Amino acid sequence: MEINAENMLFDQLNAAVKASNDKKIIIKNVLGQRYIGSGAENKEIVIYGVAGNALGAYLSNTDIKVYGNAQDATGDTMNSGSITVYGHAGDTIGYAMRGGTVMVEGDAGFRVGIHMKEYGKHIPKIIVGGKTGDFLGEYQAGGIILVLGIGYENECPVGAFCATGQYGGKIYIRTRHMPRDLPPQVDVKTNADKSEILPLIKEYCSCFGADFNSLSKDEYMLLTPSTSNIYKRLYCNRSM
Amino acid sequence: MKDIPEKYIEGNARIPSGCAISGFFSKKGNRVSGDKIVQSISYMHDRSNGLGGGFAGYGIYPEYKDQYALHVFYNDMRAREKTEQFLNEHFDIVNLSRIPTRKHKNIVNEPLIWRYFVSPLPTKLASSQLEEQEFVVKCVININIGIDGAYVFSSGKNMGVFKAVGYPEDVGEFYRLDEYKGHAWTAHGRYPTNTPGWWGGAHPFSLLDYTIVHNGEISSYDANRRYIESYGYKCTLLTDTEVITYIIDFLNRKKGLSLEDTARVIAPPFWQQIEALPDPERERLTDLRKAFSSLLITGPFSIILGFKDGIMALNDRLKLRSMVVAEKDDVLFVASEECAIKAICSNPDRIWSPGGGEPVFATLEK
Repeated sequence: MEINAENMLFDQLNAAVKASNDKKIIIKNVLGQRYIGSGAENKEIVIYGVAGNALGAYLSNTDIKVYGNAQDATGDTMNSGSITVYGHAGDTIGYAMRGGTVMVEGDAGFRVGIHMKEYGKHIPKIIVGGKTGDFLGEYQAGGIILVLGIGYENECPVGAFCATGQYGGKIYIRTRHMPRDLPPQVDVKTNADKSEILPLIKEYCSCFGADFNSLSKDEYMLLTPSTSNIYKRLYCNRSM
Repeated sequence: MKDIPEKYIEGNARIPSGCAISGFFSKKGNRVSGDKIVQSISYMHDRSNGLGGGFAGYGIYPEYKDQYALHVFYNDMRAREKTEQFLNEHFDIVNLSRIPTRKHKNIVNEPLIWRYFVSPLPTKLASSQLEEQEFVVKCVININIGIDGAYVFSSGKNMGVFKAVGYPEDVGEFYRLDEYKGHAWTAHGRYPTNTPGWWGGAHPFSLLDYTIVHNGEISSYDANRRYIESYGYKCTLLTDTEVITYIIDFLNRKKGLSLEDTARVIAPPFWQQIEALPDPERERLTDLRKAFSSLLITGPFSIILGFKDGIMALNDRLKLRSMVVAEKDDVLFVASEECAIKAICSNPDRIWSPGGGEPVFATLEK
C-alpha cells in the first residue's frame, strides 16, 4: 500500500496505516507527522520525507526505513524490529528502548539512548554514524550504543556529560579523544575489544555504503558503569 | 452535556501538545509576506491547543519607521478613551487606527484592537529626565498596570506583534498577515500550562523592539520576577515568558551587556565547566554568573528573541526542548521541529541543532 501524506494530519495518516492489512506500507511526502508506526507489529514501513516525533514508538517486529530525516524521540520504548534513518535524527532517539535496532546515517541530537535497557536476550542497539549531542546514554541501564563519529575524527564526536547516571549497558565511541565532563561513576577503556561491535559496523556499512575495512580498524573507546557503582546490582541485566 | 462535542470532555481525549516556535530572518533585509510564517507554524499544529497563537514581524512599517508603533487591546471604549487621553498627554500621535482583521470562525471574543504610531512629546520627555526608550517603557508599564482593561502588547519601531487566543494559523488569517511584509518573522503556537490563556498572555511578549516566543516552562519564574521587579518592571500576567522579555531588556538595553553575554547569564555553563576554562574567560563567566545570579533561568526553554535588526535563538543549558536551525542563502530559519522549516524551505544549505545554552544569531548586513 502507498499513502501520499501531503497535507495529511498525523491522526489521519496513522489511521490509514493501521487500517491497512498490507505488510508493506510506503508513505510519501511526510512532513512532521507524529507517531508513524507507533505500536506497529509485523510490518514494513518505508517513509519519504521528514518523519515526525515518536516515530516507531513501542515498535514490535517491524522494520522502518526513513529516506530523509527523523525528528525527536525516534524509537521511544521500542520492543523489537529496526528503524533506519538515511539522514539525521533529533533528540532522545531510542528513549527507554528495550529491544531492536535504531540506526542513523548522520548526526543525532541530545540524550541519545536515554534510559535504554535490556533484559535477557533483548539487547537494544543504537548506531549513529556522525556525532551526538550532550547526555549520550544518560541513565543507560542496558543495551549497546555505538557512535562512529564519521567526519569528526579530530574531535570527540559525543557532547558533554556523556553516560551521566549510566548503570548498565555499553557505549562504544570511535575516537581517541576523551569525552568532556565524564561523570566519576563511569569506567573508560581506550582501544577496546571490538568483537561485539563488528557486526554492527558491518550492518551500518552495508546500509549506508561506508568503508568497513577502515572503520573496523580504528580505535574504539568503551564506557561502562564502574563496578563500584552500587546501583548496578539493583537494576541491570540478570541472566535468565 | 449532550451539546458538548465528545473531544472536549475531559478524560475522553488526550491533547498531546507542547508549545511551538518558528522564525526566520533575511540578513539582506529582503521583505516577505507574513503568510510564509503562518504556513511554517501550521505544520506544528499539534504542539499547541488553540489557547494562544501569535506573530512578530520586523520591517513591516517602513512608512512610520521613526515612530513607536503601539498595539493595544481594550476591553471596552472606556479603557480606550482613558488610554488615548494618556497617550495625548505624553506623545505626538502621528496616526491611529483599528488594526485590520478579518472575521474568522475560530477567533472569538476579540477585544478592541488599536494601533498608534507615536513620538514622545519633547516637553514631556525633557521634564521626565529619562532617555527616550526608558520614557516609552515607563509609559507602557503605566498603561498596563494603571488603566483597567487596556494592555499595550507591542511598542517597538518598524515592527509589530499580532496575537490572540486561537491556533496560530487562524490568528495569522485573522490579522491579515498576508498583507504585511517583513525581513524577519517569528511565530508561536501556545499550550498554556499555568494560566487560562487569554489574548494578552499569548506570545510573543514584547517591550520596545524586543520580542520573545518561548517553548517551555521556566522553574525560576518567581526568583527572576522578584529581582526584575526591583528595577521597576511589573510582571502583570503570571506567565513565565513575560519575565524573560524583561530580563533581556534589562541586561541588553539597560546594563549594556551584549546579547552573547545576556545568553551566558540566562543559560550559563555549569560551574564545573567554567572552572575548566582558561583564565580570562573563566574569570569573565564567573563574574557574569555572580553579578546576575538571580537572572539564571532554570527549567526547559527554547526561545527566539527578536531585536532591532536581528534575531537570537537559544535553548536552556540542558537543552530540555527541541530546536532546529537551518540556513538558505541569506536567510536563517529556526523552529521547534524540522518540518516547520522544510515547509517553507524545502532544500536548506545547512540544517543543524544547536547545543544547550549556545545562542545562534542572524543580523542585518550593513
